[in-house]
Amino acid sequence: MSGKPGHGLRKWINLLLLVPCVAALWTPFYNSVEPRYFGIPFFYMWQLVWIWLGAGLTWIVYVVAWRGADR
Amino acid sequence: MSANVSPVAIGVFLVLFLLILSLGFFAGRFRQGNMHHLDEWGLGGRRFGPLLVWFLLGGDLYTAYTFVALPALMYANGGAGFFAVPYSIVVFPLVFAVFPKVWKVCSDNGYVTAADMVEGLFRNRTLALMIAGTGIVATMPYLSLQLVGLEAIFGGLGLHASVTVLGHEMDVPLLLAFGVMAGFTYNSGLRAPAIMAIAKDILIYTTLIACIVIIPAKLGGYAAVFDAVPPEKLILPPGPPNSLGPQFAYATLALGGALGLFLYPHALTGLLAASSRDAIRRNAVYMPIYAFMLALLLLLGFMALAAGVREMPEFADGFARFGEIYAVPALFNYIFPPWFVGVAFAAVAIGALVPGAIMSIAAANLFTRNIYRAYIRPDCSEAHETMVAKIFSLVVKAGALGFVTFFPETSVVQLQLIGGIWMCQTLPAVLLGLYFKWLHPTGLLAGWIAGMAAGTWMAGETGFKASVYNLYVFGFEIPCYSAVSALVLNLAVTFIVSAVLRAKPAGGALAAAKAGPEETWG
Repeated sequence: MSGKPGHGLRKWINLLLLVPCVAALWTPFYNSVEPRYFGIPFFYMWQLVWIWLGAGLTWIVYVVAWRGADR
Repeated sequence: MSANVSPVAIGVFLVLFLLILSLGFFAGRFRQGNMHHLDEWGLGGRRFGPLLVWFLLGGDLYTAYTFVALPALMYANGGAGFFAVPYSIVVFPLVFAVFPKVWKVCSDNGYVTAADMVEGLFRNRTLALMIAGTGIVATMPYLSLQLVGLEAIFGGLGLHASVTVLGHEMDVPLLLAFGVMAGFTYNSGLRAPAIMAIAKDILIYTTLIACIVIIPAKLGGYAAVFDAVPPEKLILPPGPPNSLGPQFAYATLALGGALGLFLYPHALTGLLAASSRDAIRRNAVYMPIYAFMLALLLLLGFMALAAGVREMPEFADGFARFGEIYAVPALFNYIFPPWFVGVAFAAVAIGALVPGAIMSIAAANLFTRNIYRAYIRPDCSEAHETMVAKIFSLVVKAGALGFVTFFPETSVVQLQLIGGIWMCQTLPAVLLGLYFKWLHPTGLLAGWIAGMAAGTWMAGETGFKASVYNLYVFGFEIPCYSAVSALVLNLAVTFIVSAVLRAKPAGGALAAAKAGPEETWG
């Protein structure tokens, strides 16, 4: 189904997509006020940072496994 | 509230608003195709590159209602209202993993809607009708909510004039704006909102950057903003004993929202307009820029709290009329110079028209393909089909306008809430059908019915006021977003009924179901 056959590392790298989901949905990781960074409570800082980490991980998956496929 | 809006703000607002609206009329010429073809009018010819899809989806997902209602939720409820952020963290990896496959199946077979795809996969018209019906019914209140947002903006600017229709007041500026939107949608199809979304995003980003720089500086930094929030509202409160507590509710709201988002017809329309699977994957990488914008937007609720707009006498009228939804408009009026108030309000108003146009196009695609052509005129020509879609897009808008005129705003919000729960129930047929070819159409139908019934019942138990419903398992309390708990039931029924029916194949039904999916596999 894909333009670029997924095997070996390329197949397993897709699992990275699960990491931001777990980080965002497992609230016990981040449901606290302290420590604060730049005056922003941890609860908000964690979620703000994970927006970018999630994008970064998705980008890694794209570059490693999918770039150049299905244009 | 109308008394303290300067004419400068109104002038800037009107100039920007009209300028961007006129873009909509010219958009039809962008990469023009044969506009008598539903693919062209309803999907922009499936020729949108990654950047245009990015703007289109941003215009689609971050609507006027989002801009006003979500910060208001933070303003009222504190951290619990922040669930839109984990929701957007989850949704983009999901898009990356699943939707290139949806695009491929739809593009290979010329499918325009999710219901087209389901009918192709399962060769079952009833199932396709259920999917189309759910989509149209769930989109209508969403479209009406855009009008509510637009009305609040016009009201906030003091642009108020009304005529009385059948004993109900109808807002004239709203009527005019909606008439223009109907015109450019009819004329340019999906290209109009795509081009307008670019202008809208420029205004929105300008406004947001101004907000995050100016407002904390004026209020004494982010620390001061968060200090203004009551400490117990800053994070999710601890739950009672024997309960999974508010944290579980928060996570299920995020998950359910993410699962439901791209099942909505207008979101899927945006994805299907992409020129390739690669365009969709790249979008999933870039979309988090919007998620970050959304997070900052949510924090405007806290900034309004820190600024203390509620206690200011000049905003008392607005809060009395619109409630917490007025927090952000009040904040803009308080912080910005008049000309920039005009820019900010124009951004939000265009933020209502862009998704409004996409929603009416998506609903029109569904009606035309899966109801009109499937049941009323199966032999109609391409040109006739496109004409019906254009006319139905007008009907949908008129319906939404009638809805906000004749029903109270609360019922629009309640219907939107049920709509989200209903939309999620199409997930097994639309997405799992791609991976589990052995699912039986009867099983999917049974699951859908069970999920719809359970979801509606749970929402009804809360008086259609709350999306979270407490389930009790052996005395243990599980507060769960009703869309997710109904989906769990839906999946269980779908798999069990399918397994039973597949174990004892009922001759013709199985053969018919098997004949379908094979040729769609690329």
